[in-house]
Amino acid sequence: MTVFLLRRLIQAAAVVLAMSLLVFLGVYAIGDPVEILISPEADQIERERAIQALGLDLPLWQQYLVFLGNALRGDLGRSFVFNEPALQLILQRMPATLELAVGATVAALIIGLPLGLYAGLRPNSTLSKGIMAGSILGFSLPTFWVGLMLIMVFAVQLGWLPSTGRGETVEVLGMRWSFLTANGLAHMVMPAINLSLFKISLVIRLTRAGVRETMLMDYVKFARAKGLSPTRITMVHVFKNILIPVVTVVGLEFGGTIAFSVVTESVFAWPGMGKLIIDSINVLDRPVMVAYLMIIVLMFITINLIVDITYSLLDPRVRLEGKA
Amino acid sequence: MGWGIRAVQCAAVLACSLTAGAEGRAQTLTMGVGAPVTSIDPHYHQLSPNIAVGHMIFDGLTSTDGNARVIPDLAESWQAIDETTWEFRLRRGVRFHNGSEFTAEDVAFTFQRVPNVPNSPSSYGIYTRPIRQVEIVDSHTLRLKTATPYPLMPTDLANVMILDRETHANATTEGFNAGPMAVGTGPFRMVSHRNGDRIEFERNDAYWGQKPHWQRVNYRMITNDAARTAALLAGDVDFIDQVPTSDLAKLRADQRLALSEITGLRLIYLSFDHSRTEASPFVTDNDGRPIPQNPLKDARVRRALSLAIDRGAIVERIMEGAAIPAGQFLPEGAFGSVPGLAAPRADAEGARKLLAEAGFPQGFRITLHGPNDRYPNDSRIIQAVGQMWTRIGVRTQVEAQPWTTFVARAGRQELSSFLIGWGTSSGEASNPLRNLTASFDRDKGYGASNRGRYSNPEVDRVLDAAMRELDDAKREALLQQATRIVFEDVGILPLHIQKNTWAMRRGFAHDARADELTRAQDVRPAGGGATR
Repeated sequence: MTVFLLRRLIQAAAVVLAMSLLVFLGVYAIGDPVEILISPEADQIERERAIQALGLDLPLWQQYLVFLGNALRGDLGRSFVFNEPALQLILQRMPATLELAVGATVAALIIGLPLGLYAGLRPNSTLSKGIMAGSILGFSLPTFWVGLMLIMVFAVQLGWLPSTGRGETVEVLGMRWSFLTANGLAHMVMPAINLSLFKISLVIRLTRAGVRETMLMDYVKFARAKGLSPTRITMVHVFKNILIPVVTVVGLEFGGTIAFSVVTESVFAWPGMGKLIIDSINVLDRPVMVAYLMIIVLMFITINLIVDITYSLLDPRVRLEGKA
Repeated sequence: MGWGIRAVQCAAVLACSLTAGAEGRAQTLTMGVGAPVTSIDPHYHQLSPNIAVGHMIFDGLTSTDGNARVIPDLAESWQAIDETTWEFRLRRGVRFHNGSEFTAEDVAFTFQRVPNVPNSPSSYGIYTRPIRQVEIVDSHTLRLKTATPYPLMPTDLANVMILDRETHANATTEGFNAGPMAVGTGPFRMVSHRNGDRIEFERNDAYWGQKPHWQRVNYRMITNDAARTAALLAGDVDFIDQVPTSDLAKLRADQRLALSEITGLRLIYLSFDHSRTEASPFVTDNDGRPIPQNPLKDARVRRALSLAIDRGAIVERIMEGAAIPAGQFLPEGAFGSVPGLAAPRADAEGARKLLAEAGFPQGFRITLHGPNDRYPNDSRIIQAVGQMWTRIGVRTQVEAQPWTTFVARAGRQELSSFLIGWGTSSGEASNPLRNLTASFDRDKGYGASNRGRYSNPEVDRVLDAAMRELDDAKREALLQQATRIVFEDVGILPLHIQKNTWAMRRGFAHDARADELTRAQDVRPAGGGATR
């Protein structure tokens, strides 16, 4: 286990370094931040001053080395737009995105697993066919459209839920959370559902496929022959075995949700990281873009690690040492 | 989106609940704005949303009214006492939010801070740079010395928010954003600020001027157009800005809503490549070969391209009436605008004749560039222009790009013709003349946004004279003369001037501003005064 973890960490460091170079070069290739940020009324002298103030007068390799040096000390640069440390800006926005992503993932599991299980156990019933048809919709409807429709129906027409924004928040551990207040929860419902539609469908399909496959396995037949109750067979023997693909996919999806909930966050004016990154891209706020992508890289590496460890807990046949 | 709005009109039950809500929170105004505020520091980043919020917390020496005319603010009066000295008399008895008194010392301190804010991506220093020396005559009189006559001083200073010497001596941008430094003399105090989400204000009951109606203001940033409109329809916000033109007709028909509108100061225009006398990169003859002489350098060609365009059709069909056809920088009536210089009428026949005179009876080919995410309907406008040009024989290809890539190319003179906009925040003609059509000149600071590099010695000469003229009437005449020369020559090709539109729930009224700023002090309950 220790060797495995160590090897993983070294790999991670190499990936982070390679990514930092790629991200830096990629971000550098788009446009000119001064053209975007500066007041149109600025004259030539002011433009030169701004280029210098933002450190854009240095050659690219120097800018990269400055960035790398600072990054090693935990400083990912200051936002051009906000004049605040990029890392701090992103971390400030993280709770909003995190609670949305957790909400969406929990909703996906609570709704997706039972439906998938049912559809797997009774593949020919009408309800199962309905569930599967519904999951196709979940896959194929574009998020921004569903989001706007949710707003139109539940906020504008029925007036049940607030249309946009984050609502009241409570400060816990120095961060603002909205899932702890009734008002905050009401604001969270629609964006979380919107974000989880795709995931629900995914979980349904994975669970159903897993169940159908597992039901034919010898050990299930044997358990049945042994006289175990159908509930016990389903809940213990089948369920545990179908969880492996579900955990993998949901884990990776969770990362994706945190990193790329951009569309949902902008439709619902949810002040999370996704909205920060899209705003930053629009004004070419390079330090924030780079810092964001670096954080996302780190996050995916961590999630992968957690998924691997979860495997070994769910399935004793998986040996971590042999896998790295 | 359409069916949703219509469905809403039928939801009578909801309408009743909305009215009840409005009474319950009559003292609170919730606004939904389309552009995010990036900084509360009024000297850090020059950007419209920051300026609007700056106007709520702080004051300048001067300010501008809804029609962009300069009005007194913290200065009660001013005059040029000689060629290079402006004297400002300051308002007495004004206090900052923390009780500190406002004096001439604070102004001097402010002018010192403005150009020295660290890391500023767009400094307000351009407005204080002409000031060579600040002389404090007494606690409420101030003399500003300049190197050369500088008639724009009162106009420029409307952009500079005054800070307190005692409070802000070592203030950082972060200190403003976090709240403790957000102390001004303005009509509102900032209560809280959550970056990219919302800013909460409360009324400054000790404000020296007309106190705003609202006890509390909730300033929410909702950047998605459809979501902002939906938030208004759902009653989550009372007021929104940047109403998308495609929603205008439906919102106008909605009984529960009201709109406010004013002709703005943002000109949408086409710029040509004047930088090359030889072949221009996106102009070819009809067989696709480069034309050795850049046809866009010929005023007759530019005039033909202008005559080819039916501006009325663009305004009516693409802009849904939310613009006026333009023949010059500013709407008529603005300082330096030329009376009677209207948008040219479309005349395809005349355009073809001019092309033939210029030696292009068969026309030529051109690519017209433009942004697709910057101005309302920008990419559709260039498509329409492309069709109109093609009709007179100039076969036009259209290429729309995201603003971030487009503007960098335009700034490097890589394009032959492109659509771009200009907001004249000062509301007078010297601003676009200096920035857009004066020859590119680093030392004078002119032509910084002259991306097509138009250069006409005659325009430069008249503009130079205007910029030294302290007498308003004489200066206006010179600015009009320069404007006339530019548009006679079609140095740039004006298309239209946008209208600014805000939408609010019935029961609210708004004094629209030509400069596009969305400020809480301009909103009031309906029936409490004149409605525009």
